[in-house]
Amino acid sequence: MTDAKAVELAAVTKRYDAALAVDAVSLKIRAGSYCCLLGPSGCGKTSTLRMIAGHESVTDGDVLIGGRAVTEDPPARRGTAMMFQNYALFPHLSVAENVAFSLRMKGVSRTARLTRAAELLELVSMSDYAERKPNQLSGGQQQRVALARALMTEPSVLLLDEPLSALDPFLRVRMRSELRRIQRELGITFIHVTHSQEEAMALADLVVVMNEGRIAQAGPPREVYNAPRTPFVARFIGGHNILDDGGRTITLRADALALAPADAAGEANRRATVREIEYRGPDVRVGLETDRGESLSAVLAERAFFERPLEPGAAVAVGWRPDAVHELTPDG
Amino acid sequence: MSDAADTIAETRGNRVSARPRRASRREGHGAAPYLQAAPMALVFLVFFLLPLAATIVVSFWQYTQYSIEPAFTAQNYGDVFRGCLADLPDLCTTFVTYLSTLKFGVIVWACTLTLGFTIAYFLAFHVRTLKVQVIFFLLCTIPFWTSIVIRMISWIPLLGRNGLINQTLISMGVIDTPLEGLLYSDFAVVLALTHLYTLFMVVPIFNSLMRIDRSLIEAARDAGASDLQTLVSVIIPLARPGMLIGSIFVTTVVLGDFLTIGIMGGQQIASVGKVIQTQMQFLQFPLAAANAVILLLAVLAGVWALLKLVDIRKEL
Repeated sequence: MTDAKAVELAAVTKRYDAALAVDAVSLKIRAGSYCCLLGPSGCGKTSTLRMIAGHESVTDGDVLIGGRAVTEDPPARRGTAMMFQNYALFPHLSVAENVAFSLRMKGVSRTARLTRAAELLELVSMSDYAERKPNQLSGGQQQRVALARALMTEPSVLLLDEPLSALDPFLRVRMRSELRRIQRELGITFIHVTHSQEEAMALADLVVVMNEGRIAQAGPPREVYNAPRTPFVARFIGGHNILDDGGRTITLRADALALAPADAAGEANRRATVREIEYRGPDVRVGLETDRGESLSAVLAERAFFERPLEPGAAVAVGWRPDAVHELTPDG
Repeated sequence: MSDAADTIAETRGNRVSARPRRASRREGHGAAPYLQAAPMALVFLVFFLLPLAATIVVSFWQYTQYSIEPAFTAQNYGDVFRGCLADLPDLCTTFVTYLSTLKFGVIVWACTLTLGFTIAYFLAFHVRTLKVQVIFFLLCTIPFWTSIVIRMISWIPLLGRNGLINQTLISMGVIDTPLEGLLYSDFAVVLALTHLYTLFMVVPIFNSLMRIDRSLIEAARDAGASDLQTLVSVIIPLARPGMLIGSIFVTTVVLGDFLTIGIMGGQQIASVGKVIQTQMQFLQFPLAAANAVILLLAVLAGVWALLKLVDIRKEL
């Protein structure tokens, strides 16, 4: 395997006719790290990935891989490999020939390239399926083959476009840990586009939240979750309550809210009515409406909730510790 | 390959194919499906199967100069190939005619396939909007707005001895005397047939190309394939079903053609279709029928060979 390489975007812009898809995005991704580009559909994350891959021309700015500007290079000369959303396996070729495709293009002999393909199929535990055609495989198996094919070019950077979105939830969690395992084993840089904050937080060393063609926040998952920069990030990452607090916008994590009976002594930050209760197994989510008309969401540990269970319609006092308050800067 | 995994895939395949069958049995209980299929079946029976059967039967009948007798004989087939084996290595008229027809079949097939693929490729990959694709398709069909006879007659002022091309070339000083081979020649026949049937290649190939997932082409590029390599190892293999359907259509039509070869060849070029037509004019129906059956077998053999190349059921 080749060495991991750092990826740097310098004011990269993508314009489709009048529409601005990516607006002067600058980002540094350390070599060997797992980076997730996270955002709603149409936020520019896929365009950004495709510009790194070389499948989309860059309108303005530069893409650097391993310190070298590759903006004008074709995909195959960037040291990247892409795993496509629908896997894009060649339907007319066997699994082994799919994996060996890049070597065939280089003119490597059949035996040599199939030997190498067998090694990679071993890595993704697909050796038994080498002779199959892609349409004889399940979604999860196709994905493993696509991964093996992408790794065949010995890339320094692997680009994954929503790799897990076509899988069922159970398989998604399993493939997720497998991706992470393979990334650690190979030590190369992974850039993974997703719209699932859960996926991003589970996988990434660096989460890049994007919105309307710009980076809303980039940082380690814990930092993004604990200190979202803007209301958009707080809302997108989930588990946050955004409140207006005397002219400033603050956010409170749902698990930082404490609920007490309405008549309990002590000071409360808000008074609220329980609107809904959602049992989720390890915890319980309580939907609240404050007397100021804000809706809040509190997540309580299961045990704590059932020590003093609540019913919809109950009046409660909502409190939080001062250090739980995190101030947001406005969007934009 | 593991046996267990095989079984799983097999049962999965069976389940997929079994489901619609079961569903149709449940929902289509009664005569409805048969009634729905009946009109087409009737058309096939009356206008295709019956005449075909009649042709085969008549090909074994006896005939004289003025009558046809329903008595069994294989003489007609013998007459078609009379002297063919004895004359070898010289070719008899029948073999020469078949070879000439086959030659046109192959040349026109190659021309329409090349042209058809190129046009379909352009329409599928370079024309971005559906609207423009539709406009270009309509342009391709313009020649079909007029009758086949007019289309062929229209070649005369273009290709003739004093036609547009000859006059232009002479006035440009490229040639001194008019080119003779433009009209009433093999060239003219190939040109007219190619012009007539290229669209029948374009449509199925275009259909195949449009079904190619565009990310496959990006995946090929990502794996370092050049444009030519992508064409040869991804696009052409995936366009094979369309190329096959177009090929079957074009070769079948060309092998049976007598009108175009007759007119564009100035009635000087032999073709099997022409032979059959002549025999019918002389009321040698059994002989014409025998020739038709032989031509049919030859075409079927060609189609069978093409189907051997591509498993069409698997690829559609």
